[in-house]
Amino acid sequence: MSRQRTRVGPLASTGEVAPTLDIDALLDNPATEIIVCCGSGGVGKTTTSASLALRAAERGRKVVVLTIDPARRLAQSMGIEALDNTPRPVAGVADGTGSLDAMMLDMKRTFDEVVESQASPEKAKQILENPFYIALSSSFAGTQEYMAMEKLGQLYRDAKQSGAYDLIVVDTPPSRSALDFLDAPERLSSFLDGKFIRLLLAPARGPARIMTAGFGLITNALTKILGATVLQDLQMFVAAFDTLFGGFRQRAQKTYELLQAEGTAFLVIAAPEPDALREAAYFVDRLSGENMPLAGLVVNRAGIRPESELSADEAMAAVERLARRDGGAEVTAGLLRLHADRVRIVERETGLRARFAAANPRVATAVVPALATDVHDLDGLRRIGSLLAGPAA
Amino acid sequence: MTCRVASAGSVPSSPTARLGSRPVSTTDWPKVQLHVVTGKGGTGKSTVAAALALALASRGKSVLLCEVEGRQGIAQMFDVSPLPYEERRIASGLPGSEGSAGEVYALHIDAESALLEYLAMYYKLGRAGRALDRFGVIDFATTVAPGVRDVLLTGKVFEAAKDGRKKGTSSKAGQQYDAIVLDAPPTGRIAQFLNVNGELAGLAKAGPIKKQADTVMTLFRSPRTAIHLVTVLEEMPVQETADGVGELHQAKLPVGGVIVNLVRPRDLSAEQLDAARNGTLDRDGIEADLRSAGVEVDKVLVDGLLTEAHDHAERRALEESQRALVHEIGVPIYELPRLPSGVDMGGLYQLAATLREQGMA
Repeated sequence: MSRQRTRVGPLASTGEVAPTLDIDALLDNPATEIIVCCGSGGVGKTTTSASLALRAAERGRKVVVLTIDPARRLAQSMGIEALDNTPRPVAGVADGTGSLDAMMLDMKRTFDEVVESQASPEKAKQILENPFYIALSSSFAGTQEYMAMEKLGQLYRDAKQSGAYDLIVVDTPPSRSALDFLDAPERLSSFLDGKFIRLLLAPARGPARIMTAGFGLITNALTKILGATVLQDLQMFVAAFDTLFGGFRQRAQKTYELLQAEGTAFLVIAAPEPDALREAAYFVDRLSGENMPLAGLVVNRAGIRPESELSADEAMAAVERLARRDGGAEVTAGLLRLHADRVRIVERETGLRARFAAANPRVATAVVPALATDVHDLDGLRRIGSLLAGPAA
Repeated sequence: MTCRVASAGSVPSSPTARLGSRPVSTTDWPKVQLHVVTGKGGTGKSTVAAALALALASRGKSVLLCEVEGRQGIAQMFDVSPLPYEERRIASGLPGSEGSAGEVYALHIDAESALLEYLAMYYKLGRAGRALDRFGVIDFATTVAPGVRDVLLTGKVFEAAKDGRKKGTSSKAGQQYDAIVLDAPPTGRIAQFLNVNGELAGLAKAGPIKKQADTVMTLFRSPRTAIHLVTVLEEMPVQETADGVGELHQAKLPVGGVIVNLVRPRDLSAEQLDAARNGTLDRDGIEADLRSAGVEVDKVLVDGLLTEAHDHAERRALEESQRALVHEIGVPIYELPRLPSGVDMGGLYQLAATLREQGMA
């Protein structure tokens, strides 16, 4: 075996340094029309998307950012705490050729608008009032993802028409899995194409002979479990919705294609934690499987590597030596313990990142150090933006 | 509760185990059988749920840890192979001074299996159940029909909590547990998830599934249940926790405690933190201390230590302001440290011991 090779642990694999993600090049490239920020919950997607949008705007792009669930104070500082499902200009953006609009997604309203645009007023009313529609539009797992995609499609079409924007930055819904965003249209389609839905439609559509013995069996079972009115409501809903299905599917398909287009860049956002990086790895895999353009990985809230080379063990050894003295050195001991803690965290995170890089060597990465304070204003976003762009910026 | 003899052979039963004795400290939730753990994404709610299960087991209880979100987080944390739709023993509690430790069982609940089981159990729907599957109804009901999914998931938890199960047996119906810990959906969805009959109301106004939902609700609203919220000391999670508590109150669901997770070490006193923030720490004294401890002192090192102290002090100040907000919520608070090397099995036991010391279990 190879004699010269040293043991390769996470820390020893210094060869696995991911290429650096050049955020400014991405933002400045006029071919970049859409940036989608994906990642599992709690990794800072919303803050990252807002920071990217602000930075792009201040570098001259005409930007709109679609956020899903921003922290209250951040939403206030961007002037989007009111949900009205339309982009509003953000005040306080530096003067220049660029501009920044922001909006917060109203899932139900977006769904309602799609229904209204696709059906006659009468039919739309019938649908909007059906209990199944109400439940579907407000709590169907995946509705939020689907509506984020729908809204992205709308914004894109409007931007192309009016020229109001040349860059759309999209935050994705807070879900356990980053994949949910990509799966949403598929899930809706499979719901609409489901055997059961077709069965429910059968009596409305055609001859009674489709009412097979099997169908009788299941309607009986369902009536038993759910009660008769439920089945009636459901049948009404499906029948009323039927005419819209085609349109829905087409729109979902179009938006999906938009995500595969060259002007789209996916950024996978993660925290330096095993779960978040595992999700990120799944997502990277999926994107390449679907031919979707991955721009890179953003690792948020990374520990900051101390400049001195004092190791955690050395620091803790010094703490012990100080403790053997008769007091008086609590501050120094405290500082050394903090240092040891920080070094350990950085080492662990570096190891996790190196493992990710080893498995995904071509994924360009930007590492954003943890800030000492929370971000809830434009200045904070600006700081994150320049950290995203890297030390050179 | 009772100190039971462990059913598996790994932990020797102690003859000194006394019923109902609690020599170390008392728990804040003596009447609670179902602990629901929720939290914002990224706060570590699954870790806390696992640690709580271990902590309860360390009190000699037999504990069932349930997950409902289909990502096999329990299996990963406890380093066992992916869990089936079946109660499996996965760990033992810490043997404490009270005698034998209890066991932790785990159950991975998925809506599809729960629906089929439900149909078989209540309707003897052997053939029809399979027909439903063939027609895609199972798929439909569990992925789309809103509310139904949650009724099924919570219904299974309810089954596990039901009286009349036998203790210490592994019969098909499952054994009786002293405590159940549910790793529940995140804070933003928790009230909706547990308030199953509210969610169904618009759809099923009568009928068996509505009745089932009502029964489940009686458990969730009873003093046998406590819903704990996990947070970290940052603005948004704390805000969401406060909102979550409000929503739970509104839904008349019993709020338990707040677990503050990932707390930074507290190696410096308030005065020292102030000095660190204002840059008035005694640089010369620190240098002298370092030298006396045999550390090679240079400017980079001392500058670095002071900067680290400054950052830490700023974060701590922010944490303090958020901690004050957490206290305003007015429920018991437990704190868990951030483990610098991450959470593994050893870490889980450490966190479990911390929860136990603070009286959560």
